[in-house]
Amino acid sequence: MNTEILKVKNLKTYFAINKSSGKKQYVRAVDGVSFSIKEGEIMGLVGESGSGKSTIAYTIMGMYRPTEGEIIFNFNGKSIVTKSNKRSLEFKKNVQIVFQDPGSSLNPYHDVRQILSLPLRVHKIVPKDKIEEKIAEILEMVELPASFMYKTPTSIGGGEKQLVSIARALCSNPKFIILDEPTSSLDVSIQAKIINMLLKIHREQKLTYLFITHDLSLMRNISTKVAIMYLGKICEIAPTEIFYKSPLHPYTQMLLSSIPVISEEEEALKPKKVVSTGEIPSPVNVPKGCSFHTRCIQCMDICRTEDPVIHQVSEDHFVRCHLYKS
Amino acid sequence: MENTLLDIKNLKVWYRTYKGYAKVVDGINLFVNKGEKVGLVGESGCGKTTTMKTVLRVLDSKVATVPEGEILFKNRDILKMKYNELQQVRKQSISMISQEPTAALNPVFTVGSQIMDIIRYSEQYKDYSKSEMLSLAVKTIKDVLIPDPERILNSYPHQLSGGMKQRICIAMALVTPRELLIADEPGTALDVTVQDQIHKLLKALVEEKKMSLIMITHSLGVARELSDRIYVMYAGNIVEVAQTKELFKNPLHPYTLGLMECVPRLYGGGISEGIYGYIPDYINPPAGCRFYPRCPSAMEICEKEKPPTVSVSEDHKVACFKYH
Repeated sequence: MNTEILKVKNLKTYFAINKSSGKKQYVRAVDGVSFSIKEGEIMGLVGESGSGKSTIAYTIMGMYRPTEGEIIFNFNGKSIVTKSNKRSLEFKKNVQIVFQDPGSSLNPYHDVRQILSLPLRVHKIVPKDKIEEKIAEILEMVELPASFMYKTPTSIGGGEKQLVSIARALCSNPKFIILDEPTSSLDVSIQAKIINMLLKIHREQKLTYLFITHDLSLMRNISTKVAIMYLGKICEIAPTEIFYKSPLHPYTQMLLSSIPVISEEEEALKPKKVVSTGEIPSPVNVPKGCSFHTRCIQCMDICRTEDPVIHQVSEDHFVRCHLYKS
Repeated sequence: MENTLLDIKNLKVWYRTYKGYAKVVDGINLFVNKGEKVGLVGESGCGKTTTMKTVLRVLDSKVATVPEGEILFKNRDILKMKYNELQQVRKQSISMISQEPTAALNPVFTVGSQIMDIIRYSEQYKDYSKSEMLSLAVKTIKDVLIPDPERILNSYPHQLSGGMKQRICIAMALVTPRELLIADEPGTALDVTVQDQIHKLLKALVEEKKMSLIMITHSLGVARELSDRIYVMYAGNIVEVAQTKELFKNPLHPYTLGLMECVPRLYGGGISEGIYGYIPDYINPPAGCRFYPRCPSAMEICEKEKPPTVSVSEDHKVACFKYH
């Protein structure tokens, strides 16, 4: 149970911009990120838009070429290193992704049967004559009726579309699924339904999730480990219980204090005396020193000049901030 | 009733579709007092925005019809106003902030010229010179806590970040004195930290100017932070209304209860099952209570009859047969 299924070491993904003007500049979307996920974990990767969380997902999937660093998958003792965009079929079978917007990630000209049969055929999961049976089985897994097979994505609702995308990810019996904000465009009542479904599948199929989101209160309820990202770097990473009991990084405290909550008990859990200020700067011009110092209320002189390195504060709790330098 | 600013009575709004009329807003009653902050909460597609757009009459009249109802603004029916009177209300009394700041601003004019247009056409500053108008615009930009207002006035919307653009939209809504501000999910397109700043700013400005606010949102948390009284809307009906504190202490309607259970809590404890089913089809909505097909405590009568709104206490009203 405790084997690491994914290990990301010092991952960097840069995008070159202004190529034509001669001055080559880089957007450092992901800038030296390291983390590992154990089998059976649900890791939450949280950050504001532009923090690079989706870029990490796409780099892991092989959709972007990493500028530097290593991504090592470990399935049944066999490690797969994803190098650039030459991914083996075995890798594609084991690692799947569910995108944020189901409207644009499902082909509107195909019906659900065609959408789901492609991965079944590619990975030769079942013989050709049993494909429809298998599709019905997978649809049942996400609690959709088998008659859904003949519908097209345009004729079904947003929540149902997202269920079809989840079903598509499940087709190849993956071990690891990346969920890129799967519920952020949906209503809370449908979000609750989909999250419950994902948790049920997680238990039954013994999966590992990397859950990308901006919703910290959702992560409190489902994840085992949370990492906070800001401008391409991880600020704080800790197991869920410890994370919410003692959030250390000033940015984490700011994020937690800005969540709109619906009860007094929750209000008491939010860090006090933290006022959110400013906006995330453009990743083209990352501030010098600690990238968060422009918005930090506890900013010191050292923060303006020196970029902090990640410190270990307790066994699994890591913070990248000068305040906690031992 | 002296104190009531806006009073919507039994409003129905239907959209024409090729399958027949979609009965989106189905007889809602809503009022806003002077200086009151009212929240209108509901999931997407429940008719919140349709209702508020009807108040300003900005829906395309070829598509939307109002078969029944009254919208009394200071005791005058907006639906019966002539064009000139309506323009007067739009110019001087009610303003609206939309969900998507990028779409609300014109990309080919500078922010400054768009704000100046509002000042000029509001007809409240007729005797102002151009420089006086400009200083008013600068003051408004300062009010929404944007540093360096002169530079901002000369920039185009695409040069500003999402949070900045939403601040500009707020500034545009508040630049001339108004009595009612309708905010249609002003924070939804923004990040949580920026959303928090925008909401706090909006609240402070509305309180300072003693305006009334209608806050449209799908998030109970946002409504709790920003409003004095909350209307919960489901499928074109107001299902429950109460003072904010009362609503969260003592929610009654099964839909409100379900919605509250769905919200992930900061203290953990897992996620509830969600509400069974989906929002109904508006062309052939359920004959009785529109929540009946999804309701965990549905009774026989709910299928046939529409539940009337009953008062459970002075300010707490609920439309459900359970409390009859």
